[in-house]
Amino acid sequence: MLDADLANRTLAVAMRTGADFAEIFAEDRRSSSAILDDGRVEEVVSGRDRGAGIRVVAGDTTGFAHTADLSASGLAAAADAAAAAARRGGGGTQTVAVSALQTPRRLEVRIPPEEVPKDRKVALLTAADAAARSAGGAITQVSARYGDGRRRILVADSDGLFTSDDQVRTLFSVSCVATGDTGMQTGRESAGRTAGFELFDLYDVEEMARRAAQRALTKLTARPAPSGEMPVVVGPGGGGVLFHEACGHGLEADLVAKSASVFAGRIGETVAAPMVTLVDDGTMAGEWGHYGIDDEGKPAARNVLISGGVLTDYMWDRLRARKEGRASSGNGRRQSYQHLPMVRMTNTFIDNGDANPDDIVADTSHGVYVAQLGGGQVNTATGDFVFGMTEAYLIENGRITAPIREGNLIGNGPEVLTRIDALGNDFAMGSPGTCGKDGQGVPVGDGTPTLRVTALTVGGTAA
Amino acid sequence: MSKSLLEIAERVVGWSGTGFDVEAFVARERETEVRAYQGEVESLTAATSVGIGVRVVRDGRQGFAYAAALDEETLRETFDEALDNSRFGSVDEFAGVAEPDGVAAASLDLYRSELVDFPTDDKVGLALELERVTLAADPRVTGVESAEYADSVYEGAVATSRGVAASSRETGCYLATYSLASDGDETQTGFGFSVGRHPGELSAETAGTDAADRATRLLGASKAPTRRLTVVLDPYVTARLLGIVGATLSGDAVLKGRSLFADRMNDAVGAPSITLVDDATDPDAFTASAIDAEGLATRRVPLISDGVLQAFLYDTYTARRAGVSSTGSAVRGGFKGTPGVGAHALRLAPGTRSQAEIVADIGDGLLVQGVTGLHSGVNAVSGDFSVGAEGLRIRDGETAEPIREVTIASTIQRLLMDVTEVGSDLEWLPMSAAGVTLAIADVTMSGT
Repeated sequence: MLDADLANRTLAVAMRTGADFAEIFAEDRRSSSAILDDGRVEEVVSGRDRGAGIRVVAGDTTGFAHTADLSASGLAAAADAAAAAARRGGGGTQTVAVSALQTPRRLEVRIPPEEVPKDRKVALLTAADAAARSAGGAITQVSARYGDGRRRILVADSDGLFTSDDQVRTLFSVSCVATGDTGMQTGRESAGRTAGFELFDLYDVEEMARRAAQRALTKLTARPAPSGEMPVVVGPGGGGVLFHEACGHGLEADLVAKSASVFAGRIGETVAAPMVTLVDDGTMAGEWGHYGIDDEGKPAARNVLISGGVLTDYMWDRLRARKEGRASSGNGRRQSYQHLPMVRMTNTFIDNGDANPDDIVADTSHGVYVAQLGGGQVNTATGDFVFGMTEAYLIENGRITAPIREGNLIGNGPEVLTRIDALGNDFAMGSPGTCGKDGQGVPVGDGTPTLRVTALTVGGTAA
Repeated sequence: MSKSLLEIAERVVGWSGTGFDVEAFVARERETEVRAYQGEVESLTAATSVGIGVRVVRDGRQGFAYAAALDEETLRETFDEALDNSRFGSVDEFAGVAEPDGVAAASLDLYRSELVDFPTDDKVGLALELERVTLAADPRVTGVESAEYADSVYEGAVATSRGVAASSRETGCYLATYSLASDGDETQTGFGFSVGRHPGELSAETAGTDAADRATRLLGASKAPTRRLTVVLDPYVTARLLGIVGATLSGDAVLKGRSLFADRMNDAVGAPSITLVDDATDPDAFTASAIDAEGLATRRVPLISDGVLQAFLYDTYTARRAGVSSTGSAVRGGFKGTPGVGAHALRLAPGTRSQAEIVADIGDGLLVQGVTGLHSGVNAVSGDFSVGAEGLRIRDGETAEPIREVTIASTIQRLLMDVTEVGSDLEWLPMSAAGVTLAIADVTMSGT
């Protein structure tokens, strides 16, 4: 996208007012998608986004500008705007010298999606549609989406960093509506990996469609969800969203630095049940939140956040790490070149415990079993968080019984972490997610074994 | 400048050939964002972005492509890609681009040169002032998580090979702040904002005071026992609820069997106090627009009158399929997306009493000042509704202790039927619905 000479010239413009730090983030993203709905392939879409964001830091002030024009003059204009925005330095000049471009990893994609004919992508949609509809006459609507994206990024900064990455992600999802006497219900299934079209060696779209259809059909007989505090067992893979909301966001150093986190100042303290070890790991090849380098050029890393229930570290981006005189943890991410980076999660998971998942349910006299979670939301300053249950059942006398309708569960992060009293040995990664912190969407993964929280508030309508 | 965007759109549309139609949507947006933190500028972003989305419909098959640049080579590439993509869509006799329907666009002046000419230094000054007044609003405000000024100067144009050629431009700006309040061990947060078409309409004082009030009144909040009660929704919460209701009234959801209300035309779907209109021609709405995302004139659409369902929202495609006319309800998420159906500016007809007067008549209730998890706990297809809530308990006609970490749940169908009163305090908010106080009976609050 740009060579060392152009990077150096642009950085020199960015540093002209004597800033402390300047960075060019260039991105070239190509994406394609296809959507089927109502039995028709409604649209096949191709997109191209290409540009650079230039960040200049002077003291505590960050100036930022972006441009879709990657020519020398386009980059200089953006660098000039960013420098003007950060105008606080002493006006001295600094030389910047980036040299050879680093590419820390080879592209791990076996079948580049751009080499796959469009009709093969469309065929996945029609196959999913047919499979879902064959699940029963009560399936009254099906939609399916295929999407792939290739994102080439390059980071050059005034510390001499000059590095790049090539990130390919492929995603497939299918949603069904089932209609019965009780009205309509929905079921969804999705799969996504930081990988190419080989995603479909791992996932059979027809099988996914049948599961989504079954989910909708099951809920036709669902009872209203109960209301009030009770034990909640979350199935394998599903609990990741819980940790993403209950503590993940609260461990992001930008929120911690502003005292907007209930976990601020608690390093070294016991914050969770002793069986809980929480890890954020951007190096997990193939997983949805994986990358080679983050959007500040730092290699992805495996970071242990909670070990044996004790809070060991936060997640860091460059800006927060620099203030604390430490290294970034490789968690600086941004939605696109049009955005400033901030601290973000990657793949966040809880390691296996040693309980048999069947025993966890059998040991629960009454409560709720959540087989599939929807999204969630947290207020990091208070720790209160919600997450949705899209497939859930009652637990009665140690057995999973009637399906219940959708709703949110609500809890408080620091409380819920200490209320985990059982962790299964059936670890699984959950569905691909998009985290929307501060309006910027980035792909994140999560995973957990089956786990039980002794008390969470289930937000239903039944007594 | 608008003229040049329209020229670009029309030039691309001119590449249409026999047997296929083209729509080009071109947008340019200049944005500034200033964030203040601890008396300093934390970040200042200034940027212009442009892009085009091209839709081709050939033999009933639709293809789409977009690009974030407007140079000649990119335009050609995008057009070619959209044309190629059209080979893979299914044949749909109703697919097509918009054609002029004779409805004249409202004359709306949504562009303010005061914003365009407003110096960056003054934008910085507003952000710094916002942080200052938020901190000063109450001694219990211990910090400001974010204090931000943002503005946008937007121009858009859309043209089709069937003769649509429309453009628009608008300005908008806001101040938004999140306060942190503490009384020792416990921290609560509150947001406040102020919106306008130019900075002269903004009030840092209002935003800062609201943010401080919302946070401080939750100090000492606790969970409450589970029970059924009447909820009184703050205007901001009502606006978010209306957004969900609007989605259930989209012609797309109706035609594809995803609307709760598909078979309910002319039925009572809400309490008699519910009269809901979607009207993008109202210049007071911050989401006002004279044209929709396909270039047709927007119009006033009465959706529910005195509780009775009167209309659904349609764009060109869904209208053709339903055998009706477009209601000018095409929306799109920028140049990267194809048009879909959506509400532009929903508004409930206001009642006659203030929030305080409404609360005074409620013996057992919850004044809801904030909700969370609308995306995770509300299903617009099944109607299941369950969201996290915080606010103040209402006892014997007065607001009482603060409540947090509870959910409120019902179904969308029941919520509309159970409305007991609409407030008089209608206010336009920076979203596609106006806020107004809403009292709803018989909602389950889940807590301990």
